Amino acid sequence: MSIKNSNRSKLFYTGLAWLISTAIFFPILWTFLTSFKTEAEAISAPPSLFFFDWTLENYREVMERSPYFRHFWNSVVISVGSSLLGLLIAVPAAWSMAFNSTKRTKNILMWMLSTKMLPPVGVLIPIYLLFRDLGLLDSLTGLVVIMTLINLPIMTWMLYTYFKEIPGEILEASRMDGATIGEEILYVLAPIALPGIASTLLLNIILAWNEAFWTLILTAAKAAPLTAFIASYSSPEGLFYAKLSAASTLAIAPIIILGWFSQKQLVRGLSFGAVK
Amino acid sequence: MLNKLCIAMCAALTVSLPVLAETLTIATVNNGDMVIMKELSDDFTKKNPGIDLEWVTFEENILRQRVTTDVATKGGQYDVMTIGTYEVPIWANRGWLLPLDKLDANYDLDDLLPAVRDGLTVNDKLHAAPFYAESSMVMYRTDLLAKAGLKMPKEPTWKFIEKAAAAMTDKENSVYGICLRGKAGWGENMALLTAMSNSFGARWFDENWEPQLDSKAWHDTVDYYVSLLQNYGPPGASSNGFNENLALFQTGKCGMWIDATVAGSFISNPEDSEVADKVGFALAPDNGLGKRGNWLWAWSLAVPASTKKSEAAMKFVSWATSKEYLALVAKEKGLAKVPPGTRQSLYNNPAYMEASPFAQITLDSINAADPNNPTVDPVPYVGIQYVAIPEFQGIGTAVGRQLSAVLAGQMSVKEGLARSQKLVKRSMRKAGYPKN
Repeated sequence: MSIKNSNRSKLFYTGLAWLISTAIFFPILWTFLTSFKTEAEAISAPPSLFFFDWTLENYREVMERSPYFRHFWNSVVISVGSSLLGLLIAVPAAWSMAFNSTKRTKNILMWMLSTKMLPPVGVLIPIYLLFRDLGLLDSLTGLVVIMTLINLPIMTWMLYTYFKEIPGEILEASRMDGATIGEEILYVLAPIALPGIASTLLLNIILAWNEAFWTLILTAAKAAPLTAFIASYSSPEGLFYAKLSAASTLAIAPIIILGWFSQKQLVRGLSFGAVK
Repeated sequence: MLNKLCIAMCAALTVSLPVLAETLTIATVNNGDMVIMKELSDDFTKKNPGIDLEWVTFEENILRQRVTTDVATKGGQYDVMTIGTYEVPIWANRGWLLPLDKLDANYDLDDLLPAVRDGLTVNDKLHAAPFYAESSMVMYRTDLLAKAGLKMPKEPTWKFIEKAAAAMTDKENSVYGICLRGKAGWGENMALLTAMSNSFGARWFDENWEPQLDSKAWHDTVDYYVSLLQNYGPPGASSNGFNENLALFQTGKCGMWIDATVAGSFISNPEDSEVADKVGFALAPDNGLGKRGNWLWAWSLAVPASTKKSEAAMKFVSWATSKEYLALVAKEKGLAKVPPGTRQSLYNNPAYMEASPFAQITLDSINAADPNNPTVDPVPYVGIQYVAIPEFQGIGTAVGRQLSAVLAGQMSVKEGLARSQKLVKRSMRKAGYPKN
């Protein structure tokens, strides 16, 4: 009886999981399918799911009209650059707060998180003026800096949580053996916390890749990443759904592939310390 | 050896200096006419070897946000920008735009359609050059109207529109008598409703900037609009904008559609439209009060005051809005693809008038539009389907949301307009109106 029950509940939860993941994945699938339709088919009602004349015309037009690879390269530089730079700052910060905490550590952590609570548009004008005066508008350097600053609180928080799981005694032992702070972080802490560091890195690459406020506002032609590439295919007067879908597919494909290959790492990192 | 190297380097530098190109960054929307401009821009760079072009194309709202931020902070990221008739007077009065006084000698300013030119002129100086302009008109299915036993007058009334919509509606076959914008936004449903309200005798503000949204004329406008769409419109009309209605019309689901004249070329193009050979055009409707419900909009090219390359920018603006450019598009892409609504000479061309069945109505609609006297009663503002004040984007969209909710049946017309009146009043008081 109980086996029957547990089988039934297993079946129920499997079904539920499939249902939820299909619901989450459906918009991406729909975008993917629409990218192979003509503009007329993309808006036809009732829509056809698979049975239409498949065409690569939208991809050809999108690749012809915009410099996809330049946008792609900009996205890579901004997301990877800002995540690596962020790690350089966040690892020592998290180390200091996890292993040498003071009575103000919690407040500092909260303060860091509070910077994420302000809507970005609230600081648009000051940031824009700073960028203008420093000559950073439409430059990859400027975007790497701003993305690092935006994601730094999350990186520090994530790393802090991972580091808290590591027994301080291991670090103490290395200190007894005469390791300097740098050596302690680099040779002892980093290898142990590697899954956490890797998932922090990956998650921040994804966040920076998808960021579509600052990357749109602070760039013009030279440093514009894939978010700007997608945004250029919407039109107030004219049909654009199929071309927009093709541009979106091209823009999200690299990050989906990256996520696919590193999903084990991501899940391991994200559930690290979940069961205490 | 070192000397020789120095001399060689100096020589190389001198030779390469004149070839060093100046790069213009052009911000624009992704409308079909702009895509063609980008494709044909080789013609400009060939004629101006010292100038390179970088294009930044964006969705309208993102473009507006970016360009406004840049121009307001004098960021100088863009050298040429696409803006509309709404922005031009506001930005020019703030000194954000350079007056276009260095256009080509053979530009022929007098060839620009007067209504369009007036809308882009501030303090007697042109501040943006029209790239394409549009008004609004009635587009209808000739076959469905004939089947209903009716004939579209050239100057229809709203009463006739209702009668025709009722006669053409065949819900069982998914054919709806009328399609109109319902999606909330100052440039979406409020463009239509504001232009429409002018023909019902309504106005946004009286001469003292007192909001008039709870007036009888506004009630009549919204009452008519809601009942027309609820009875004869497509399902989910409250989320339809220009593109959604275009798709509905092209697939044969609409009997009539009142919207931008630029749609004329889309719906009569057999490549995109299933009903291309069955469309007719008429002026926007009226109510016999002396004002029609047609608007005026010109997507225009302007040069921001923050640019460091104003001379090259003016050259580009001259090229893209010249008679020669129109001829170039006609030659490369066909007459029907020529950007409409800006130059009289285009409408004097019999070949164009023949190739574009909507050309005469477009011209008449644009000529009939008067942004300086948009309403039956006097108003303190300029603009037909908008009020040319910076606050309008905010209040227009806020009222648009209320009226979209009214259309979706979430509240009554009376309630929607009362709420609109309240929120506009509050915003205007906060913004310090009436201003002396």
